[in-house]
Amino acid sequence: MTLTTGTTAILAADHITKSFSTPEGGTLSVLDDISFELRDGEIVALLGKSGSGKSTLLRCLAGLIAPTSGRALYRDRPVTAANPGVSMVFQTFALLPWLTVRQNVELGLEARNVPPAERRDRAERAIDLIGLDGFESAYPKELSGGMRQRVGFARALVVEPDALFMDEPFSALDVLTAENLRTELLALWGRPDFPTRAMLIVTHNIEEAVLLADRILVLSSNPGRIRAELTNDLARPRDRREPRFEALVDEIYGIMTGREEPSKPAAAPAAAAPARPSPIELPLPAATVGGMAGLLEIVLARGGREDLPALAHDLVFEVDDLLPLVDGAALLGFATVDHADLEISDDGREFVVADILTSKELFARKAAEHAPLVRAITNALAASMDGQLPEAFFLDILRRGFTDDEARHQLDIAIDWGRYGELYEYDANTGQLRREV
Amino acid sequence: MQRSFPTRDVLRRPRLRWVDLLVGGALFVVLYAVLRLGLTVTHPFVPSQSRASISTSPSALPYYALRSLSRMFIALGLSVAFTFVYGTAAARSRRAEKVMIPLLDILQSVPILGFLTITVTFFLALFPHSILGLECASIFAIFTSQAWNMTFSFYHSLMTQPRDLDEAARLLRLTKWERFWRLDVPGSMIGLVWNGMMSFGGGWFFLTASEAITVNKRSYALPGIGSYVAAASARSQLGYVLLAIVVMIVMVLAVNFVFWRPMVAWSERFRIEQSEATEQPKSIVLDALRRSRVPGLVAKPFRPVGALLDRATRPFGVADRPLVQNVARRRAGDAAFGLIVAIVVALGSTSALRYIGTEVGLGEFAHAAWLGAITLARVTIVVILSTLIWVPVGVKIGMSPRLARYAQPIVQILASFPANFLFPFFAAFLVATGLSLNWGGIVLMMLGAQWYILFNAIAGAISVPSDLREAMDNFDVRGRQRWRRLNLPGIFPAYVTGGITAAGGAWNASIVAELVTYGHHVLIAKGLGAYIALSTASGQFAKTLTGIVVMSIYVVGINRLVWRRLYRIAETRYSL
Repeated sequence: MTLTTGTTAILAADHITKSFSTPEGGTLSVLDDISFELRDGEIVALLGKSGSGKSTLLRCLAGLIAPTSGRALYRDRPVTAANPGVSMVFQTFALLPWLTVRQNVELGLEARNVPPAERRDRAERAIDLIGLDGFESAYPKELSGGMRQRVGFARALVVEPDALFMDEPFSALDVLTAENLRTELLALWGRPDFPTRAMLIVTHNIEEAVLLADRILVLSSNPGRIRAELTNDLARPRDRREPRFEALVDEIYGIMTGREEPSKPAAAPAAAAPARPSPIELPLPAATVGGMAGLLEIVLARGGREDLPALAHDLVFEVDDLLPLVDGAALLGFATVDHADLEISDDGREFVVADILTSKELFARKAAEHAPLVRAITNALAASMDGQLPEAFFLDILRRGFTDDEARHQLDIAIDWGRYGELYEYDANTGQLRREV
Repeated sequence: MQRSFPTRDVLRRPRLRWVDLLVGGALFVVLYAVLRLGLTVTHPFVPSQSRASISTSPSALPYYALRSLSRMFIALGLSVAFTFVYGTAAARSRRAEKVMIPLLDILQSVPILGFLTITVTFFLALFPHSILGLECASIFAIFTSQAWNMTFSFYHSLMTQPRDLDEAARLLRLTKWERFWRLDVPGSMIGLVWNGMMSFGGGWFFLTASEAITVNKRSYALPGIGSYVAAASARSQLGYVLLAIVVMIVMVLAVNFVFWRPMVAWSERFRIEQSEATEQPKSIVLDALRRSRVPGLVAKPFRPVGALLDRATRPFGVADRPLVQNVARRRAGDAAFGLIVAIVVALGSTSALRYIGTEVGLGEFAHAAWLGAITLARVTIVVILSTLIWVPVGVKIGMSPRLARYAQPIVQILASFPANFLFPFFAAFLVATGLSLNWGGIVLMMLGAQWYILFNAIAGAISVPSDLREAMDNFDVRGRQRWRRLNLPGIFPAYVTGGITAAGGAWNASIVAELVTYGHHVLIAKGLGAYIALSTASGQFAKTLTGIVVMSIYVVGINRLVWRRLYRIAETRYSL
């Protein structure tokens, strides 16, 4: 990647890799060789599903955690501690509940040893700017979510940071409040006297990214890599109904729902791949059976084919809620994804309309065939002497490629699927998996 | 308030590891060193500190009560200071944590009254010709009953600080000092106040026990309400004991009303969850203070001091940690650190064992272990009896919100009331009836310990959601089935907490309950508590040391083998 461009880079990720060691001695890669720049005068969005490491990347650049290899650079200097040029706005607001709005906003100034009179003055200006006047002496508890996030913004902006980092800043807010805050943030950004030079936002909301950012970096999951970089030169203020806006949203949906690893054989429903992926190569998406059934039912009711952005928009879902269900349905062969369209397959149709027993049988057959972990459990139980095995056996295997928590999570999904399909049962007290007879 | 005591996080601990043995050994060595140090100094002689100097005239009582109260608050202040320093060090330094947390765990479990004799010797040696030595020993005894729970609570809050608040503090570049007062202390305030209040209640027992004490054939007494009771008991003046009990009750209630209730109500503002608690604790005193201008006027002169401290502590730097660490050097440091600690402990233990070996012979350990088994039997009976009596009562109270609101504060007061004030009455009863203290001791130990079981049974029952109770009503689940399916599983986590605390209390009480004097009568029960008390009074310190070590092993061992297991089951299976 070239580090010399027309405009100066405020922050840069230089071949950042982040991995954690698993308890079984393996390593689990979260970020893999990420390089990009945050340049003067631009807003960049990091977009990805959960598990794509986008928040981890943000924290590496903010100097809150260390990358395993590679460097974070702030104005060409390596970041070795909390980055002095960065202020962060948190998804959970991260306000101190025992301090008033004013005290929260003044906190960063106090830490920088700004004299009291000036501190008060600057805090007052930030509070006015962000639309909080009148709430100075309120405690965060007394405020609505939107007002709390305004305090978060005021606290971050009052120290006039070089770069403003936002970690899913609007996702804890309701739709209207989020829209309102986004618009105000853009209005501030457009002002000539706005001291902050660049903004970096982490989000899983595609429309939000298209609305705000000049550049969008789409991250893939397991491990996180930059999968696509899109430039967004739509004129501001941006209109959601504009065709070019919609086209960009559709394009990103297509990128995000496409199969992740082109090197591995696609888990196409019909083609039985010669080398079947292992439970570690192809993790189960975090989808419940009920969730997948619900999604398929809606798609069927809408004619069997549906545009995902439109569906998400209608259901007031975000990509994080919807994509695991889409991935699950596609993995089991109940649906196919083509760009941003989800089309229900014959099996999927059968799964939805058949009576409960038939659809359970169908689900069991599909899960045992296409879901690697479910297949592994079924095979292992069939091969065992008395048809039962302790969960620790499977957890040990999973821990070669996952952290403790993730291994547990994978097994929980497989247990949920297997229980529904009556492939095996699970006793939470003894931790035994038993073949269903 | 549906909180158990101690709060459950205080007992959350990893399993036994080699480092625990090391730390236990270190504690043994320190005790031995302190004891030897105390013995090197010639025996102090301060006539005004003898028991005879304590007046049992009722007019002296208010003064004595105030002296005792001041000791309690000095100890509380020391406990808070200790908590801040120790808790912060353990939470912020990985290496210190490895030793400090197991040490705290053992200190929390061992019988404090056993140490009292050793610390008295030490402090008397430190201040041989003044009353200060005894004062220090008494305050130290109270301190040891308060500090550990508070420190654990503080440490645990620091370790479970919300990640986003930690990140915000680092990015805002708060200095170490600012972070401590703006984030660390407020964030742990609720647990600190609650554990502080409950430990303070437990402290009265140790105050009473430590004011009048017999060490090495000498009796010492400090002016205080505890020695007043001891003196009245020695002179068989039961009326005056009754009077002291009334004063004690008034004092406990008053401290609760003007200090702890306001503190608990005030600490609510430090709740991290953004939503309001369902039932806000209220305090008339706090409301009055909030309406008056006094707090503002008092705080005003301190504001420049605060600003000054903020500036003065700036050179300590920003509360951030370096991102990259040299792993090889860290490992080498860990190894060197561990090795040095191990060598010191090994040398110290050998020397301590040799001391015991030459003084009384190592066979004394077997004897003490046998006596310990007898005391263990008493402790077990105490826990079982308390459970059988108080769990049904506690569940009844806790399941009725109206009853619970009144009953829980009352039980809290009962738990604070030092049971040793009642000992003279039982001693008089035993002397009159000729019953053996071997059985009577169980009652004495139970007097204090039982309340923890009742208190936590109530707390557990309150925490059972009302919709579960309604569902059971709806399906007509009652009687035995209801107990098996709802009541017992529902209170189990809180009960385990109460059981650990009650058992610990009973072990402690055994030291004063197995050896009771009333007038000219001396009642002795066979047991490890009496063994420790007798050897202390007669100055056989090698035996005292043996007794304490054996008792500590019993308590820590049973905590590990029984209670921790139950605790883990409670955490994973029965947490609501």
